[in-house]
Amino acid sequence: MSHTQPGLPTHYTRTAILLHWLMALMIIAMFGLGLYMTGLKLSPQKLQLYSWHKWAGVSVFVLAAFRLVWRLTHTPPPHPAGMPRWQQIAANGTHHLLYLLMIAIPLSGWLMSSAKGFQTVWFGVLPLPDLLAKDKALGDLLQGVHQALNLGLATLVLAHIAAAIKHHLVERDGVLARMLPFLQDKR
Amino acid sequence: MRTCPLSIPALALLAAMSAGLSLPAHAAEYSVLDTAQSSISFTSKQMGVGVDGRFRKFNAALNFDPAKPGSGSARIDIDLSSIDAGSPDANDEVVGKPWFDIRNFPTASFASTGVKALGGDRYEARGKISIKGKSQEVVLPFTVKPSGDSAVFDGSFVIKRLDFAVGDGIWSDVSTVANEVLIKFRFTATTSRPAVKK
Repeated sequence: MSHTQPGLPTHYTRTAILLHWLMALMIIAMFGLGLYMTGLKLSPQKLQLYSWHKWAGVSVFVLAAFRLVWRLTHTPPPHPAGMPRWQQIAANGTHHLLYLLMIAIPLSGWLMSSAKGFQTVWFGVLPLPDLLAKDKALGDLLQGVHQALNLGLATLVLAHIAAAIKHHLVERDGVLARMLPFLQDKR
Repeated sequence: MRTCPLSIPALALLAAMSAGLSLPAHAAEYSVLDTAQSSISFTSKQMGVGVDGRFRKFNAALNFDPAKPGSGSARIDIDLSSIDAGSPDANDEVVGKPWFDIRNFPTASFASTGVKALGGDRYEARGKISIKGKSQEVVLPFTVKPSGDSAVFDGSFVIKRLDFAVGDGIWSDVSTVANEVLIKFRFTATTSRPAVKK
């Protein structure tokens, strides 16, 4: 199926596809790790998991920043022809919010960590400055913010996945295959 | 006609008395702790990252005269239940058996056995640190900065927590919580002046 529009790309770049799936895996793993580790009783393992979560969170932030720049400098393929306007608005809105949260969630985690008195040192090597002084009330508040943003992210990711599956199975318009080239090859 | 109201021995006695009386004004033996201006804090390393903590309650019996450092002494007792280890989670944990076991060992202490001048405002105190039923001889370097009636004693040193079985069991893996703990102390002490006591 092809619905090319002149001047617009028909594919995502390989870099965009790689970043999409790399970050998808990281974010899902981070979400699960975050849920799991916060419920643990204090132990050396808990301290390790928190450190790994923070290191991975900084990595997600760096990847998200790079991805945002890539997205702004590489036009993505357009929506399929004939896609209803409300769906286009919903898709664009979801994508914008996903980018926003990929940046905002690591930031909230970093600030929460500072407010709780634990500096973030990327991979134990690169110390990030503490923008906030230790403040228990602020730390608890930022913890709530970090959790709320993550619930929002989870909701959006589920909508994103549901939409992709619907495009693939109902509209059969190749939207999912643009991000999963092996689906395309079978056509 | 000249009269001498004071005999020579009387003059000598007066001189000695005035010297004796003036002595407390010059010699400054700092011995009264100003708790509000004193602190004992520490930095542990978790996953390579420094985490600050402190002890809210302690007592320090100091006696130090910069003119006679050799006769100085210190005894410091820390109420371990007053620990702030950096987070509520950690505070609940460190009072327990694997760490300080404060039910059986509520106090950590340092008792000096001697003080030595190192030149300038630097000194060192030798003595014994006792934590969780284990003792160790240590040398604590410190500086003294007198100003008026008070002096600030500042120092820091590193101890190894496992020497005192602090954080044993699962916590003895020092790659998560480092063995070395930096202890920093600051004591502000004033001179005791019985003459002007209220």
